[in-house]
Parts: sequence; structure tokens; C-alpha cells
Amino acid sequence: MMVENKQSLKLRKLVTHGFLLSICLLMMFPFFMILSISFREGNFATGSLFPDNPTLEHWALALGFEYTRPDGTVIKPPYPVLLWLWNSIKIGVIASVGILVLSTTSAFAFSRMQFRGKKSILDSLLIIQMFPGALTVIAMYAIFDALGQVVPWLGIDSHPALIISYLSAITLHIWTIKGYFDSIDPSLDKAAQLDGATPWQAFRYIFLPLALPIIAVVFMLSFIYLVNEYPVASVLLHNTEDMTLAVGARQYLYPQKYLWGDFAAAAVLSGLPITILFLFSQRFLIGGMSDGAVKG
Amino acid sequence: MSSIAKKTIFYIILKALGLSILCLSALYMVWNFYLAGEPLFAIGMFVLATIAAVIFSFRRFYTWRFIYPGIAAIAVFIVLPVVYTSSVGFTNFSARNLLTFERVQKYHLQKTVEVDGSQRPFNLTTELQIYFPKSDDRAALITSTITTAINGQLTATLYANNPPEALPIKAIIQNRAALQALTIALPDGGFLVVDGLRNFAQISPQYTKTTDGVLTATDGTQLVADQDVGFFRDSNGDIVSPGWSVGVGWQNFIKIATNEGISAPMMQIFLWTCIFAFLSMVFTFSLGTGLAVLLDWKHLKGRGIYRVLLILPYAVPSFISILVFKGLFNQNFGEINLILSQLLGIKPEWFTSPLLAKTMLLIVNTWLGFPYWMLLAGGFIQAIPQDQYKAAALEGSGPIRNFFKITLPQILTPSVPLLIASFAFNFNNIVLILLLTSGGPDIAGTIIPAGSTDLLGSFTYRIAFQDSGQDFGLAGAISTLIFILTGFIAYVNFRFMQRLAAKTGAATS
Repeated sequence: MMVENKQSLKLRKLVTHGFLLSICLLMMFPFFMILSISFREGNFATGSLFPDNPTLEHWALALGFEYTRPDGTVIKPPYPVLLWLWNSIKIGVIASVGILVLSTTSAFAFSRMQFRGKKSILDSLLIIQMFPGALTVIAMYAIFDALGQVVPWLGIDSHPALIISYLSAITLHIWTIKGYFDSIDPSLDKAAQLDGATPWQAFRYIFLPLALPIIAVVFMLSFIYLVNEYPVASVLLHNTEDMTLAVGARQYLYPQKYLWGDFAAAAVLSGLPITILFLFSQRFLIGGMSDGAVKG
Repeated sequence: MSSIAKKTIFYIILKALGLSILCLSALYMVWNFYLAGEPLFAIGMFVLATIAAVIFSFRRFYTWRFIYPGIAAIAVFIVLPVVYTSSVGFTNFSARNLLTFERVQKYHLQKTVEVDGSQRPFNLTTELQIYFPKSDDRAALITSTITTAINGQLTATLYANNPPEALPIKAIIQNRAALQALTIALPDGGFLVVDGLRNFAQISPQYTKTTDGVLTATDGTQLVADQDVGFFRDSNGDIVSPGWSVGVGWQNFIKIATNEGISAPMMQIFLWTCIFAFLSMVFTFSLGTGLAVLLDWKHLKGRGIYRVLLILPYAVPSFISILVFKGLFNQNFGEINLILSQLLGIKPEWFTSPLLAKTMLLIVNTWLGFPYWMLLAGGFIQAIPQDQYKAAALEGSGPIRNFFKITLPQILTPSVPLLIASFAFNFNNIVLILLLTSGGPDIAGTIIPAGSTDLLGSFTYRIAFQDSGQDFGLAGAISTLIFILTGFIAYVNFRFMQRLAAKTGAATS
């Protein structure tokens, strides 16, 4: 009985390993392909997984260098990929900091203060966050078009405009951080109150330092969300130099101008930092994700 | 003690100063909005700034200082756009009716006609002056160099010497932009502007405003504004472009309900949207949960590596993965068809066959979404007491029975709100469609462009932004319907979460 069990266990392990390995391979297939394509000659060529004549052309172009082919023709980079990456990171970081400021203060009030309409505001936040932003872009355009006539640096085609519009992406984060604040021992702020601390001081000197882990989670979640945001950015940013990666990357694959190889290198180059960042912080993220979701 | 008092006074002064600067700049913006012809934005800005000023100056609103900035951002950039979009649904705002009435009227008033017989040929001299030769009874004229023009204005003076040397017509073509910006004042008080490559001519406005909304042309005919359709009509009753947007009541909604060319494809798209959202939810949940259970098996070696590899699809920015798939699935030079044709000798038309395009979308979306469920289910599994499995083992229960009797039910319960959220997210997964198929292949025989892989949202987005019509009014009306549907799903989800919270609350207390 025991022996049979051990054997069947071994078999089951083998099958599981085989299954997981094949799933992994299947899931990784696009990554292998895109890496291979980025070293292939030309923008249309098909070929094997290991390119026959590996070339650094696409990588040079993605990094913003001119590339001289063996026959002497000089190829100029089609798009400023690194600039796009920089735009994405800049907008993502600034907007995420802003989002943190707004969501931590709000979450503190929702967790520790009493005021009228608290519950209904909190509940409506949950419903509001489901509305698809992509459908309100006409309105976004109208708002910033009007704003730009009055304050030129807040108009269409400006990064501050995009950052300000992103500040509204706080609905879920308020819930996540509130959940964390709720779990902080109330005796702490009672003590602070007895010592004469104002709520602001309690927030600034007790809650904020204690909430650092969840702040890191919210920062990462919002950064990843913003770097991926497409609809609003595509409506507000038109100049090639102003684009974020999400908007710019699409330029490579228009039927009239199909730059498959160049896209591959640009995709690997720009996707890598964000992917590494994600893998690095995924341990914290998972906690934050399920906390925010379930504590509702 | 006195130092503290000093500090407090200093703080109060600083705060008052900061607040007044903010108020002043807000008022400045309100005024400018008003001047720019945006009274609605002026009012909105005024209300926001006033509330901010009140909240931050009076102590009794102390609590609201913490939430006002966030709530204001949500109100301005989520709630206001939703309301605005819905209100656009009650207008005929579109590429044809794009402007405001004032702008259209101004446009007509700025239209000019040439005064008959006022044409004068000209030459560009070697010094880039404009020279009008003597013709009939009109004396020869010359201007200063065209680069010296102030605000596009030049003055022509009488010229009695021999004609200066003229440049070839090529020079005129090169300087066309500069010439087009010029107005030349004549000695007799008239003005000339460029008219083609060889002539300057005198112009006068084509229309004069009789009353607001009635424009009289130089030949006596009239344009009358029709505020029902948002166009001027000429004396024959025909409409004259451009138009302005006017309210049309429920017309867009009636169009959606009654026009076969719109309602038929919309029904089809709505159905597909539901199927897509449901299947995406089921596939990602099943695959993710299945893998999470396998990866939870303690006897398995290398679980950490598998987990990291399987998270990768979630870690890579989705706009990149989607575009990668767009290339890989390409009919002619995509690597997927390359492999399929080598192995099986087939080359599926992923982008032109509706069924295959839908299959492709589901494959890609499953790939994108399963790690999310793998991560979440992995967390939920940890919460299942091990005793239950031990008890099941004593009863002789196998792994499959364990999964369906113990694991799945306990994962499912906390997952319900997230499943509904996932449904709502995929219901509006516009970015995936826009980047992968752009809705194509098109459904045949519709009066508005509709694709067989379009979701309601991407269909609306395309009506508004891509295809020729740019019918913002119709898009706004459909958006309103989507908002109502999404709001309904969100509300159902909300009730589920409340119930779940009550249940877990009861269990722990």
C-alpha cells in the first residue's frame, strides 16, 4: 500500500512537472519570440528562434543611435524610445506621489474622523471606480482644451495636464489605505490626543510612518497602472516628443509603416525596467491587492 | 512661551498669505475662463475655489481639509466627465456640428469676397519688394521689403522710376507664406491681399450681420440661423457648413433604439461584450486557480521558479504584450502562423475571420489575466485550514475530490466580488480591443462602422474618435447606456461585498 502510494506520488510529481513546464514554455513563447525578433535582420523577415544573421540594428535604433548597415546606408532611429520611457517614468512617479498625498490624507479622515456623509462617500467611491475612463475622453479633451486657453501649460499636449487628470485615480487606494489605518491600534492616537496633538500631527507623526509598507504598495500599484494607461494619454498627447510609452509604442505597428523588428527591440528595452520593478515588489503587491479587495 | 506665541503668529500670517495668493490666482483663472467664453468652467472653478477657501479658513471644517482635495479631483476628473459625456448624448455634437454658434457666425463674417475689377498683377523685385506695374489708369506702386512688414502690414507708395528688375515666379512660390500673410495699404485708402500667384486684389467681407443669427450677403441674399439643426440656411433653405452643436433631446437615444442600421449591430456587439467578459472571467479564473493549487503542492520542487515565470505575463506592461501578440498573430509574417503552417500546414486568418479574431482575443486576454487569479487564489488557499485535508485523507478522498469539495468552494467565496469586478473590467476592456484588432473585421451592412470583435466601449470610442463621422452626440448617448450598465454591475458587486463583509464579520466576532 505504502509503496504503491510512493510510486504513484512520483508519477504524479512527474506529470505535474511536465504539465507546469509545458505551460511555462507556452506562456513564455511570446517573450522568446520578441527577443529573437529584436536581433533579426529587417522588419518583415521570419526565421528561426536563433537568428541566422544576428544584428544589433534594432537595438541601436531603440537606444537612439544611428545605425550604419554593412552596405553603407545609415538608418536613423524612427522614434525616441528612451524619451518616451523617460516621459512615462516622470509622469508615473509625479502623479503617483500626488495620488499618495491625496489618498493617505483622505484615508486618514475616513478611518479616524467622524463627519456627515462618510459612509455614502466611501460606498460611492467603490462604484465610481468602475466607470470606464476611456469613454469620458471627449470630456477630458474639452476640459483641458478650455483650461489651456487660460493656463497654457495646463492645456492639451502638456504633461502637467495629464498628471493632474491622473490624480483622480485614488478611489481604490483610499480603500486600501483606510483598511490599513483601521488596523492600527486606536490607543495610539488616543494617547497622542491626550498629549495635545492635533489630528494633523497624529496623521503626520504616527500614522504616516506606520503606514510606510502600504504606502510603498500603493505607490507601485498606481505607478504600474499609470504607465499602462492609454486612453486619456492618447487623447491629451499628440506630439511625438511628448508621448508616453503606451501611446508611442503603437506607432510602430501601423499597416502603412510596419516596423516589427524595431518594435521588438523597443518593447524589450522599455518593458524590462517596469517588469523588473514589478517582480521586485510583487511580494508586497500581492498583500496590497487582496487587502484592498477583501477589506471592502 | 513668547517664542511659541511668535511662532503661532508667524504661522497664522503665513497661512493667511498663502490662502489669499491661492484665492487671487483662482479668481484670476475664473475671470479668464469667463473671458474665454467658457462660463460653465468659470462657475465650476469658482465653486471649487470657494469651497476650498472656506474649508481651509474656518476651523469647524477641519475634517474636510483631509478629504476635500481628493474628492475635488474625483469630482472634476471622473464625475464631471461622466456627466459631461452623458450631456453630449443629448446634442448633435459631431464633426459636422463641431463649433459654437458664435464661432460659426464669426467664421461667416470673416469670409471675404474679391471686389470686381480690383485685381492687380505684381512682381517681386530683387530686393523682395512688391511692385505693381502701371495698368490702365492706375499708377505704378511699390512697397518696402516684405520682411519689414509690421503685423503683416505694408504700405505701398507711388513709383515713377523705371520698372525695377523682377524675380522669376519661383521666388514668389518660395515666399508664398510671407505673401499670404500680407495686407498692403494703398495710398487711396484701400487694402490689397494676395490672390493667386500673380495678382493682388481688394477684398471686402461677404456677409454683414443684420441681427444676431441673420447675415446679409453683398448680393442681398440672407443666411438665417436654424437653432434646431445647428446650421445656417440660405435662401433656398439648404444648410451651409460649418454647423454648431445644439440640443436635440432624446433624438440620439431614439436613433439607437429604432434605426436598424445602428440597433442591429449594437445588439450583436452587446452580446459579444457579455460573452467576452464572461469567458475572460471564467478562463482566467480557472487557469489561475488551477495553477495556484498545483503550485501549493508541498512535495513539488522548484515552485518558486514556476511562480516567477508564470507571473511574468502580468508583470510586463500590457500595452507591450498586446502589441507583441498583434505582431505574432499577423497573417503573413507572424510567427504563430509560421509555426502552424510548418506543423499543420494551416494559416488561420486571425484578423479577417470573425470567429478566429474572437478566439485570438480570448487567448490573449487569458494570457494577460490568469496570473492575477493565480496570485489571489494562492493567497486564499493559505487561509484554508489544513485539518480539512487531513480529515478528507482519512476518508480516502483523492486530490480531485479535495479540490472540488474543499479548495474550490473556499476560494470561490472571497472571489465573488473580484469575479464581478473582473467581469466589469473586461466588459470595458477597451484598450485590448483598440490595440489588438481595432474592432475588426467589420460587420457588413451597417450604417455606422461596427466590428465583430468590438466591445460596446471600443465601438463607442471609434464612433467618437476614429472613423469619418466623429459623431460625439451618438457616442455620448451610447456611453450613457454603458455608464448605466456599469453602474448596475458595480452596484451588484457592492452588495455582494457588503454581504461578504457581514459574513466574515459575523464569523470572526
